[in-house]
Amino acid sequence: MDNILSVLIFFPAIAGLLGFVVDKKSARAYGITVAAIEFLLSLWLWFSFDTGNAGMQFVEMIPLIPDFGVNYYLGVDGISLFIILMTTLMTLIGMVSMSIEKDVKNMIITLLFLEMTMVGVFVALDAIVFYLFWELSLVPMLYIIGAWGGPLRVYAAVKFFLYTFMGSLVMLVGMLFVAYVYHSLTGVWSFAITDWYALVLPVNYQLWLFAAFFLGFAIKVPMFPFHTWLPYAHGQAPTIGSVILAAVLLKMGTYGFVRFSLPMFPDASVMMITPIAVLAIIMIIYTAMVAYAQKDMKQVIAYSSVSHMGIIMIGIFAMNAEGIGGSVFQMLSHGIVSGALFMLVGIIYDRRHTKLMSEFGGLASVMPKYAVIFGIMLMASVGLPLTIGFVGEFLVLLGFYEISPVMTVLAGTSIIIGAVYMLSVYKKSFFGPVTKEENKTLKDLTPRETWSLIPLVAIVVWLGVYPKPVLDPINKSVNAMLVFMEEKAITAEAKDIIKVPQSATTAGEVK
Amino acid sequence: MFEPIKVSLESLNLVTLAPMLIAIAGGLVILILDLINSKLHKSLYVMLTILILIVDFGATIGLNVNERGFFDVMLIDGISIISQLLIIVASILFTPLALTSKRFHEYSYPEFFALFLFMVAGFQFMVASDNLILIFVGLETASLSLYTLIALHNRSNSYEAAVKYFTMGALAAGFFAMGSAVVYGLTGSIELYQVAQVLSVRMGETGIMAAILGSSVLLMVTLAFKLSLFPFHTWAPDVYEGASAPLAGYMAIVPKIAAFVVAIRIFGMYIDLGIEWVRIMILILAIVTMTLANVMALVQEDVKRMLAYSSISHAGFIMAAIALDTTEGTTSIFLYYALFMFTNLGAFAMLWISRHKVRRFDKRYDHPYSKFSGLVQIMPMGAVIMALFMLSLAGVPPFSVFWGKIYVMQAAVNAGYVWLAIVMGLNSAIAAYYYLKLIVYMFLKDPVKDMDTVYYNLSKPLMVVIGLAATATIAAIFYVQPLVSYLYYMISASGY
Repeated sequence: MDNILSVLIFFPAIAGLLGFVVDKKSARAYGITVAAIEFLLSLWLWFSFDTGNAGMQFVEMIPLIPDFGVNYYLGVDGISLFIILMTTLMTLIGMVSMSIEKDVKNMIITLLFLEMTMVGVFVALDAIVFYLFWELSLVPMLYIIGAWGGPLRVYAAVKFFLYTFMGSLVMLVGMLFVAYVYHSLTGVWSFAITDWYALVLPVNYQLWLFAAFFLGFAIKVPMFPFHTWLPYAHGQAPTIGSVILAAVLLKMGTYGFVRFSLPMFPDASVMMITPIAVLAIIMIIYTAMVAYAQKDMKQVIAYSSVSHMGIIMIGIFAMNAEGIGGSVFQMLSHGIVSGALFMLVGIIYDRRHTKLMSEFGGLASVMPKYAVIFGIMLMASVGLPLTIGFVGEFLVLLGFYEISPVMTVLAGTSIIIGAVYMLSVYKKSFFGPVTKEENKTLKDLTPRETWSLIPLVAIVVWLGVYPKPVLDPINKSVNAMLVFMEEKAITAEAKDIIKVPQSATTAGEVK
Repeated sequence: MFEPIKVSLESLNLVTLAPMLIAIAGGLVILILDLINSKLHKSLYVMLTILILIVDFGATIGLNVNERGFFDVMLIDGISIISQLLIIVASILFTPLALTSKRFHEYSYPEFFALFLFMVAGFQFMVASDNLILIFVGLETASLSLYTLIALHNRSNSYEAAVKYFTMGALAAGFFAMGSAVVYGLTGSIELYQVAQVLSVRMGETGIMAAILGSSVLLMVTLAFKLSLFPFHTWAPDVYEGASAPLAGYMAIVPKIAAFVVAIRIFGMYIDLGIEWVRIMILILAIVTMTLANVMALVQEDVKRMLAYSSISHAGFIMAAIALDTTEGTTSIFLYYALFMFTNLGAFAMLWISRHKVRRFDKRYDHPYSKFSGLVQIMPMGAVIMALFMLSLAGVPPFSVFWGKIYVMQAAVNAGYVWLAIVMGLNSAIAAYYYLKLIVYMFLKDPVKDMDTVYYNLSKPLMVVIGLAATATIAAIFYVQPLVSYLYYMISASGY
C-alpha cells in the first residue's frame, strides 16, 4: 500500500465524520475500534518501513496549487515514524482509559479529528500542508479543554489557542519568505521541505528565519519564557486532554526544530546553540524547582513535563548523532511516560475529585496495583537505568557533553531534581499511614484502567532494556541529516561543530 | 449649421455595454411587470432577478479582454471583467435570501429588486471604465440605490443608517468631484490613460507635486470612505447594524470590490509614475485601518458590529496589497475578495437564523454574544457552520480566507515588504481573539434558559445559501488553483 500515509491521515477524519451517525451509547466502542485500526495501520507502516533506507519513504505527491508551489506532499523517515506510532498508540490508550461521561460522542469525534491533524503534522513534507495541520490541531484541543475542563477552562483554552496561533503566524511569514527566496533563486515556486533543504541561505537570512521559526516552535514546546500557557492548559484540561497535549502536541514543536530549523538553517542553528541551551537549562532547572513547590499532583507532572522538554531541546542542539537521536528517542519516552503519569493522576482524580497531595497518603496499601504502576512510570520519568527514560536522557547528555561539559552537568541536575520532586510526590501520596477516612475505601485499578496502562509499562521496560529496534532507524535518518547539514553549512564554525559519525558516510543521503 | 455627428455603430463596440444594459433592462422589466399586475408574489421577482444576473454573468464572461468601447469611455480589461464577475456572483448569492423571511416586508416590493439591479449596473459601470466621470456616475447610481435599499428595511435605525450613509456618501461624492476637477485642471483630461501620459511628461515640473497631492488626497478621501478605511470608517458599523443582516454582508463585499478597482486604477497609476508617498500614504492607511478596526472589534458586544469591524479590518488588509503595485498584489485583492465573499456573506446570513420580535437578550443590540451562547446544544449544525465561518475569517487553514491571507502575505514578501507580512500576521492573531469569542459562546457556554421560545428562520433558500457558502469555505483548497491562475492571467493581460 503506497498511499498508507494518506490512509493514516484521513481514516480517523472520515471515521470522525461517520461518527456523527453512531449512537451516543456506542460512540465509545466506535472510537476505540477506530483508534485500534489506526494503530494497527501505523504498526503496518512500521513493518513495511525499510529500516535500511535513511531517506523519505512512502512518498506521496499530488499538486494542490501548482501556481503557488503547494503540493500534497507526504513522506516518513526514521525520525517521524516512531512519533506517528506513539501518536496513534497514545490516542488509542487515551480513549480506552477515558473516564468522561458527559458528551462522550462529541469527545470521540473531536479526538478522531485531532488524531488526523497530529498524524498530518508528522507526515507532511510540504510546509503549507504542515502549517495547515499544525493550525488545525489547535481547534479540537481548544474544544477539549474548553468543553470538558475545570473551572477556568475557557481562559485556559483561549490562552492556549491565541498563544500558539500568534507564534505560528510569525512562522508562516518565515515560510513565505523561504518560498520567496527559493523562487528568486530557482524560478520555481515550492513549499516542499525537501526542496528547501537544498537551499543554501546566507547567514543573516538564516538567523532571521531561524528566529521566525523559533517563535512558532518554541511556543509549542514550550520553551522557557513562552511556557506560561502550559500549566493553565494542563491544570484545566480533562485527563484525556492532558495526555494528548503532553504526549503528542508538545512534540510538534521539537519535531519542527528537527525537521525545519536544523537542516534548513545549519549555520544559524550552530550560532544559536548557546542561547538555546541556556534557555533550555533555565527551563530544566527552574520548572523542576517550580514542580517541587506544587501542592497539586497534576501540576507537578505538568511542570516536570516542561522540564523534560528542556532535555529534548538540549539534545537537538547538540548537533551530533547521539544528541539528536537521543532527543527523538526522548520525545517518544516523554510521550509515553508523561502520558501515563497524566492518566494515573486522572485515575485518582476520578476517585477522589481532588489532585492535592495533602489529601492522599498511604495509597500504596489501599491501591497496590496503582502504586506499582505509578512507581514504574515515576522511575522512567526520573530516568532510572533500564527504563525508557534513561536511554534518551543518557544519549542527550552524552551528545551535549561534546558541546559544553559545564552545561551538560547543569542539565544533568534534572535527573537529581527530578528524583527529588518525583519521590516526594510518591512519598507524600503513597507511603505512610492512611490519614484520610475517604482513602481507606478507595478501589484499586479497574480492569479497563489496568489494561490501558499495562501496554505502556511493557513499552517502558522493553525500550529501556532493548532500544535498538527503535534507535537504529532513528539514528540512520539523523546521521543522514547530519551529513547533509555538514555539507550545506557555509561557516567553518558550523562545519566544525556538526559532528558526522564515521559510519554515516555510507548511510545514504537525504533526498 | 452643426455638422451631423457621424459615428459608425461598429466603432461604438456596444457589446461592452451589454452587461450593464442587461441589468438595467431587467430592472425596468420588473417595474413594468409591477405596473401591469401589482399582485405578483416576490418569488417571481427573486427568480427573475437571479435569471437576469445569470444572463449578465454570461454577457460579462464573454467579453474580450482589453477592449474599449462607447467613445472609448468603457474599458474592458482583465480587472474590469473579473470584478464584474465577482460583483454578479455575490449578487446572485445574496438574492435568494430575499425569499427567506416573511417578516421582512421590504423584499415584497418589486422596487427592491429593480433598485438592486440598478445598483449592480452602477457598480459594473464603476469598474468598467477609466473615465473619471463615468466612474462617478456609476458610483452615484449604485450608492443612491443602496441608500434606498437600506432605508427600505423600514425600522428607525435603518433610516438612521440610510441617512448617515447618504450624507457621508454625498460628502465623499463631493470630494470625488473636486479631486477629478483637480486632475482635469492638471492634465486636461479625465481619461486615466491620458492623465498618465500627460503626467509622465510633466513629472519634472515644479509645483506639480502639490497639485498631484491635492488630487490624490481628495480622491483618496472618497475611496477611503467607500472602503471604510480609517479615519473614514465610523459610518460602517452603524450602517451595517441598521441594514438587514444579509444586506450588511453584501455591503461589506460588493461596494468594496468596486471601490478597490477604482483605487487600483487611480493609485496604481500614481505609484507607477514613481510617486512614492502615495504608496506610503496607502500603507499607513491600511495598517492603521486593520489594527484599529481589530482593536475596536475586540470590545464589541454585538456580533453584527463585530463582523462590521472585522470586515473593515479585512478591507485594510487588502488595501495594503494596492501599495505593493505588483501583479501578485493585484491578484491577491481579487482572490481575497472571491474567497472572503462566501465566508462573510455566510457569516452575516447566519445572524438571520434566529429572529425575535423584541430584543430579548439586550436592550441595545440585536445580536449580542449571549444570543449565541450554547448554540451547539440548540442547533448543532448551525453552530458548527458558524464556527467554520469564524475560523475561516480568523485565517485558520484550510478554510477559504486562509488562502487569500497567505497569498496577500506572499505578495507582500515578494515585493520586499516582509515587515508588512509580519504586521498582517500579528493582526490576524489579534483578530483570532474576537472570532474565538463567538466560538467560545457557541460551544463552551450554556444556553440562556429564561428566554421564551426562539423563532428560527430555517427556510430552504437560507439553508441553500449558507450551505453554498459553507461548501465554498471548506472546499477552497480545491478551487484556489484554477481561481488564481484565471485571476493572474486576466490581471497580467491587462498590464497591472
